[in-house]
Amino acid sequence: MSLTKTERAIIVSMWGKIATQADTIGTETLERLFLSYPQTKTYFPHFDLHAGSAQLRAHGSKVVAAVGDAVKSIDNIAGALAKLSELHAYILRVDPVNFKLLSHCLLVTVAARFPADFTAEAHAAWDKFMSVVSSVLTEKYR
Amino acid sequence: MVNLSAEEKDHVTSLWGKVDVEKVGGEALGRLLVVYPWTQRFFDSFGDLSSPSAVMGNAKVKAHGKKVLSAFSEGLAHLENLKGTFAKLSELHCDKLHVDPQNFTLLGNVLVVVLAEHFGKEFTPQVQAAYQKVVAGVANALAHKYH
Repeated sequence: MSLTKTERAIIVSMWGKIATQADTIGTETLERLFLSYPQTKTYFPHFDLHAGSAQLRAHGSKVVAAVGDAVKSIDNIAGALAKLSELHAYILRVDPVNFKLLSHCLLVTVAARFPADFTAEAHAAWDKFMSVVSSVLTEKYR
Repeated sequence: MVNLSAEEKDHVTSLWGKVDVEKVGGEALGRLLVVYPWTQRFFDSFGDLSSPSAVMGNAKVKAHGKKVLSAFSEGLAHLENLKGTFAKLSELHCDKLHVDPQNFTLLGNVLVVVLAEHFGKEFTPQVQAAYQKVVAGVANALAHKYH
């Protein structure tokens, strides 16, 4: 599955806006994930997951920054996320089902904040893009 | 059955009161067909689904979306007995329509995204969590009679 030229253009242009709210988007995405899918909290026993926690904010920023890296190298996402792919495969070993959950929560966050931009076409492009990102991150699992 | 707290039930019903079922239904079904094009397999008779704008503007998609969301709306009035409420529809989807229950999950999540898009800030993480429980419950109820 690879992104068409049009899909890449949509992602890159929307990222310009998203990046201006990167940190809060990251935090909100994680809040949504932990509330809607409480089982995902099992990967963070060492975190304070209360709303407003510094750890939540820091981790949200990290996640969105990584998505940003993928956007900036949208023609070579596998290359851009190679180190993260190894991290998830050998150290974190987050079950693959969770990438779909996080992707969904990111899309909900973006849709809520940028309703005018989040057309059906944009929705499709983002869903596909996050699917590619998730694929890259689970590529080395076995 | 869905396990919603009184607060969650409140979130669900108060937001749903503001939903234009016809509009949101058409939007949700349209987006399902655009974002997950393989779902178009069930709608060969719907005419032009060749582009996002064709899908979103398609009259049959809008009409069917309204039908689907009206049924979903019915479910919201019977959260304590979703399996009973959707029993007949479950049989229909299995025996006549031959729809993979995975599609109920896909549509439920698309509906959540559409609600986020319509309600913005009001669609808080707490409201979303309540709705995720509801759409999962409905998907479950619709799959319940499969054999």
